[in-house]
This record gives sequence, structure tokens and C-alpha cells, in this order.
Amino acid sequence: MKKVIIIFSMIMIGFSLQSQETKEDKNTKVTFEVDGICGMCKKRIETAALKSKGVKFALWDVKSHQLNLIIDSRKTTVAMIQSSILKVGHDVVGLEDKKIVATTEAYKTVHPCCRYRDEVIVLDH
Amino acid sequence: MKKIIAINFLLFIPILLFSQTTFKGMIMDKNNPKDNLGVAGASVHWLNTNVSAVTNSKGWFSVPYKKKYSKLVVSYLGYKTDTITIKNLKPIHHLLTEEGDLNEVILKIKKKATYKSFLSTANMFTVNAEELLKAACCNLAESFETNPSIDVSFSDALTGTKQIQMLGLTSPYLLISQENIPSVRGASQVFGLTFTPGTWVESIQITKGAGSVVNGYESISGQINAELVKPFSDNKFFLNTYSSFNGRLELNTHFNQRISDKWQSGLYVHGNYRGEKFDNNKDNFLDNPLAKQVNVMNRWQYTDAEKGWVSFINVRFLNDEKQTGELNFNPETDKGKNVFWGSEIDTRRFETSAKLGHVFPEKPFQSTGFQVAYSHHQQDSYFGLNVYDIVHESIYSNLLFNSIIGNTRNKFKTGVSFTYDKYNESAKTNNFDENFDRKENSLGAFFEYEFDNLDNLSFTAGLRIDTHNLLGTFLTPRLHLRYVPWQNSVFRASLGRGKRSANVFAENQQLFASSRQINIDDVGGNIYGLNPEIAWNYGVSYMQKFNFFERKGAITLDFYQTDFQNKVVVDWENSQEISFYDLDGKSIANSFQLEVDYNLAANFNLRTAYKYFDISTDYKSGNLQKSIQPQTRFFANFSYETTAEETTAYWKFDITFNSIGKQRLPNTANNPVQYQLPEYVKAYQLLNSQITKVFSKKFEMYFGVENSTNVKQKNPILASDDPFGTNFESTIVYAPIFGRTFYMGLRFKIK
Repeated sequence: MKKVIIIFSMIMIGFSLQSQETKEDKNTKVTFEVDGICGMCKKRIETAALKSKGVKFALWDVKSHQLNLIIDSRKTTVAMIQSSILKVGHDVVGLEDKKIVATTEAYKTVHPCCRYRDEVIVLDH
Repeated sequence: MKKIIAINFLLFIPILLFSQTTFKGMIMDKNNPKDNLGVAGASVHWLNTNVSAVTNSKGWFSVPYKKKYSKLVVSYLGYKTDTITIKNLKPIHHLLTEEGDLNEVILKIKKKATYKSFLSTANMFTVNAEELLKAACCNLAESFETNPSIDVSFSDALTGTKQIQMLGLTSPYLLISQENIPSVRGASQVFGLTFTPGTWVESIQITKGAGSVVNGYESISGQINAELVKPFSDNKFFLNTYSSFNGRLELNTHFNQRISDKWQSGLYVHGNYRGEKFDNNKDNFLDNPLAKQVNVMNRWQYTDAEKGWVSFINVRFLNDEKQTGELNFNPETDKGKNVFWGSEIDTRRFETSAKLGHVFPEKPFQSTGFQVAYSHHQQDSYFGLNVYDIVHESIYSNLLFNSIIGNTRNKFKTGVSFTYDKYNESAKTNNFDENFDRKENSLGAFFEYEFDNLDNLSFTAGLRIDTHNLLGTFLTPRLHLRYVPWQNSVFRASLGRGKRSANVFAENQQLFASSRQINIDDVGGNIYGLNPEIAWNYGVSYMQKFNFFERKGAITLDFYQTDFQNKVVVDWENSQEISFYDLDGKSIANSFQLEVDYNLAANFNLRTAYKYFDISTDYKSGNLQKSIQPQTRFFANFSYETTAEETTAYWKFDITFNSIGKQRLPNTANNPVQYQLPEYVKAYQLLNSQITKVFSKKFEMYFGVENSTNVKQKNPILASDDPFGTNFESTIVYAPIFGRTFYMGLRFKIK
């Protein structure tokens, strides 16, 4: 019994001593703007981001249109992620605040109520 | 041994002493502030920065703070985005307003008091504090009365303790935990639920089926976890008194005090008392036991949001005394004599636990947690001339690490756990006098993988390996699957294995209040000569949401099966004895449930459920249905609330109807004719109702009636005229003993 507890304590010490330094490029935080209007868009954008290689965590904010990502920058680039978001029909703001527009075909695949380029629909939200 | 545990604690204390600036607060819904529910999943960030956080399930967030940050942006879908100016580090409570323009159409959807998750992989639902207020609810055992998935019954004519069942299996087959630390187990199995006062409970999570591997291997038919009130979020002061016409008085008080920015402490005191003797059925025995309980808990909560640390330290002490038996029984003069039959059950329990959790600030998807708990439980009791004493000492610890594989669609939990239990028991009846000492320890490791395709499929697959001194080394696999075949519907399936050692006396201690002889079929196993219980549980569930006459509803179908590979059969079928033996053959519990929830009108909800049970076991005398188990149950709960006025005053009405189907009784054929019971008892109906008047945010009163139809079991005690004779029996209870009861109470709180 005592032995078990001692072993257990050792494990604990091991855990508490374990270093927590992380390499910057393994967990890089990036943020850029993605156009969209609603919760459905949120799901579509986050899913597209997460399905793209090297993206660990994605959170898109409906109001600010900011997409917060944690990525492994050894495996992917912002441009690669942006291209997968463009493929599901959402415009992004790329480097130097240059807006990159999704192709019309891709834009047509979003649900009719999510047509963020249509002012009437935007006002509805 | 204790020293080493102390060292373990000390290792963590330095971590707690670090401190850095962080800003925290709670986001709530302006339209719905009275239930104090936070808005989960709202995002906050400092203006013009990427420093952000998301609120947790309680609505709390914590976001790193630097002096240059002054404006916090709070946003949530469907609500107005607010920018708040922050001047100091005092935690904020921010109310979000629903979005709308000048001609706003307000769509009001109230967050339900019982929340069935559409998204969770396991068949889990959450009961929050509002639901807990619907019934007289004085302790955890009674808080399930408005819940269709859990059946509440009475254990015996003497102790009046309510027992719960899920999927047709009694509480030993459930894993009941308090903040994820297994609590109602071992010696506390029968009374344990009555040792947690209802007002201490913040919410309850109920998982049907196998459950997760994280909390151990013991759960078979389900898991119930009670989250207790937290010093940071509970009312500053809370007072509740309750008084029932059956002589029960209760008092609950909570005090929560901020110690520093990061430390908050709470003191929770509960007392209950029943001193009046009732014998309405004129059998010369008390209908309800006399009772006295003092229950004190002190909690310390530490939160350092910037560094991502949360910790709880709890200490609790309980003293519970019950006395029952014949009206004229006086423990001082009659104990141990065969003049008047009487019984006393005294329980003292001490427990302490510590939890430490850490979320990596740079990696919101990664966290780690550690829990350690110690409890000492002592019960001294006698039932007439029978004596049962037990001391149970227990240590539980669990270390958990959560993270992702690749991305947040693939999550995992892994960790190690250690448990130690020491039992000292002595059981004495006229033919049986034995002491049992038993030590159990186990060391286990677990891994649980969760996949979510973010669309229509998710599953959780868990496996743990434990090495236990009496149960051996074994694997516990658990699997949960969720699939959305079409809109507004969810299909779920689960499967899992559970293994446990049965505490035959502690779990069936009502047997001492009878003149039954105890037989244990010693087959050379490690636990009372018996082998561990092993069972597989399989289940499927389907939920469909619908809109009918523009009102929302949901229909749920559940089917679960528990198949025992080994079971300690508790055989009550000979009225002169009780036998415990290993299962030889089959023991299968099937349960089917159809539940319909429907919003009948604004603020008027109906929840109804039909349940069918088929629980059979191969006894030595043949395959039989479980006794005192209704084959069918029907449940309906109507709840109505008036709309809160300017003054925040409103009314709440609740009616709960239960129809309890035909039940088989244990065989009493070899009793003399006057002490024989029929083979089956007919169905009966129960009705409970409660009215609550909320005067303001601070003060409310409630009034209720339990068992309005006044259903009573006529002769709950067999041979009550000859309690020291060979036919005395108080264990066959299939209906309420006490008839209609009125109760009232009040709640007073200061934020």
C-alpha cells in the first residue's frame, strides 16, 4: 500500500516538474477577418478552418468577423487556410488588408440565408 | 501514509501562491437574470487586440489583463455586442441584451430547467437549480422526483430513506459522484444521497448507460454527478427553512466571503430535525423515524484566470442520528432488550477533498486536473437485537490531462487514478455473528478519445486498465456514439462494461430490520466469499424535436439493456431468510422509455414519460422478475410560471403525477396465513404539487402537498404485533407509508 502511494507521489512530482515550454511555431496564434453573418456561417468557417491541415483551434466571432486560430506553422500557412475558407464560400482579408473574394461557385454553395454579400440579407440579421 | 498525502498537497501549494493579473467576470442574459444562469460560449476580447476568451458553461470568463487594456468587447450570437470600459480588476457581471430594432419581434425561448443536450455524445441531461426547486426536495435523494429518468422509491418501513433507481437498477449500480469525486459508495450506499442537502446542489448531470471511463470502472447503468454551489458564484448569504406537517424541520444557511482577489470561501450549514412521533396506521410503529442531522461544509475556491488555475479545497463533517421502532421504545432503557422493538442508526462522516485544475493560457484546448479525496464514514446501528456496525475509510485520487490530436475535432483525455478503501464491519443476528475486515486498493490508467466531425457524427471511445487487489487486473471499455440522421433529431448508442465488489450488508441493510436468517454462499471469492459483479450495458436512444401548433416539443425513445455476467444475487424469496450467492444463469435488466416534452403555451410546459421494465434474474428457485419493481411507470409533470412583473414578483406552479404499475412481491408463502402477502400488488397513483411565490430576487416562499391522493400501504410491517418473533418483516414496502403531507418553506438570499 505504502509503496503504491510512494510510486504515485513520484508520478505526481514527475508531472509537476514536466516542462511546459512550447515552441512558438508549433502553436502560433493568428487572426484574420472572414466575412460572414450568422451562426451557420460560424460553423461553416470554423469547420473549414479545422479541416485544413495544421489548424488546431478555430474560433470565429460573428460580430467582429475575426477568426482566431492556433496553428502549427511548420505544417501550414495562413494562405493555405484562407484558401480552404474561400473554397466554402467565405471572403477573407489577406495580407496587407487585401480582401480576397471567394469564387462565385463557392459563394453559391453557402445557404441562401447566409449570402453575406447581399445587403438585404445582411440587414435581416 | 498521511504524511505522504500531505506532501502531495504541499507540492501544489507553491503553484497556488503565484499570482498575476487577470480579469474575470460573468456574462448573463438580461431577459433571464433571475435564474442566474450565465451565457455559455459568449466571446470577450480586449478592443483592438487578439487577447480573448470564451465563457464557460456557467457564463464565466477570465481573460489576461494588462494595464493598457481598458475596453472589453463582449459578443454573443443573437445579442447586442457591448463594449465595456474596465477601470479596475473587480470581477464584472455583465448582462447582455437581446438584439432587435425598433419594431422588434421578441422571440422568447426560456432556457429549460432540465436541459437535454442535443450536442453531447453521451445520453446526458443536466438538471439545474431551478428544477431542483420544483419538489419539496430537501436532499439529493429527493431531488429526482420531477425527473422521468430516475425512479425514486422507499427503501423500507423503518428508515424512510428514499432510494433511487436508473434503468431498473438500484443505486449501487450507478456511479454517484460529487464534483466528479465518487461519493455515494461503500458504506454510504443506502443513506449517502440523504447526506447532501438539496440547497448545496448547483446542478446535476445524469448520464444514462455506461458513462465515461474517467471516473472509474464501477458504473454500470449510469452516472449521476452533482455539482455543488461554488463560493465564487453562490449568493453571499442564503437562508432556507422548511417545515412539513409530518414533523420534519430543516434549516440551510450559506455564507460566502471573498478573502482576496483570488480566494473565496463558503460555509454551508444544514440541520434537520424530526422529533414528533406519528403512527397514523396504528401498527404501534413509528411511520417516520425520528431524526437529527448536522451537516457542515467549508469550501475554498481559488481562481487565477490569467494563469489558468482553479482550485477547490473542501472539508465536511456530518453527524446523523435516526431512531425508529415501536412508539414506546426508549433507547436508554430498552436497547438490547426484547421488551419494545427499536432501532437507532448513528452515522458520522468526515471528508475532505482538493481539486486543482489548469487551463494552458496559450492553448485553450489543453488542460490538466488533479483531485484527491479522503473520507471516513462510521455507522453504528442496531435493529431490535440485530447489530450492524461499519467503518469505511476511503482515498480517491485522479490525475487528468485533456488535449487534442491535430485539431479540436480530435480530443482526448488521459490520466491515472488511485483508490483505497478499508472496511471494518460487524453484523450480528440470532444466527449470524461475524466481523469482516477488507482492504481494497486499485491503480488504474485511462484514455478516452473523442471525435467530432462538426456536422452529424461524434463518438467517444474510452478504455481503462485497473489493477485491483481483490478484483484482479481488468479492462473497462466504454463507447458512446452520436449521429444526426436528419434535422432536429439525434440518434445515440452506447456500450460499456462495469465491475464492482458488492457490499452485501451495507447495500441491503434493511434486512436487519427483519427476522430473516442470513445465508452467504461462500464460493471462495474475495469479497464475503463472493465474486465481483460484472455487467455489460448496451443502449440506444433517439430524440426528435418537433413543432406542433407552433409550439416546440421533443420526443425521446430509449432502450437499454444490462446483462450481468456475474451478479451477487440478493434472494428475498424465502420469507425466513435472505441469501446472497453468485449468479448461476442469467440476469438481465431491460428498460424502455418514451418521453414527450411539449411547450403547451407560453410558460406552460409538460413533460411526460412512459417506462417499461423487464428485470429478471435466475434465482435458485427459478427465473423471476425483480420484486418490488413496477413493470410500468407513467410520469407527468406540468409546470407553469407567471411572467415576472416590474417588481420581479411571480408565481410558479408544479404538478407531478406518477402511476406506479403492478409489482411482484417477494414470496411469503411459508409464513403463517395472517402474515402472507399476495403475489402481486395493484397499480397506484401519486400526485405531488407545489406553489412558489417569488416576491423579489431576495425572497420567496413555497407551499406544497406530497401524496395528495393519500395512498398508503396498509401493513408495511408484517408481524408488527410480535417484533421479536420469527415472522417480523419490515422490508417489503411498495407504496408510501405516510399519507398526504403538507409542507412549506422560504428562501432568502443576498447577492
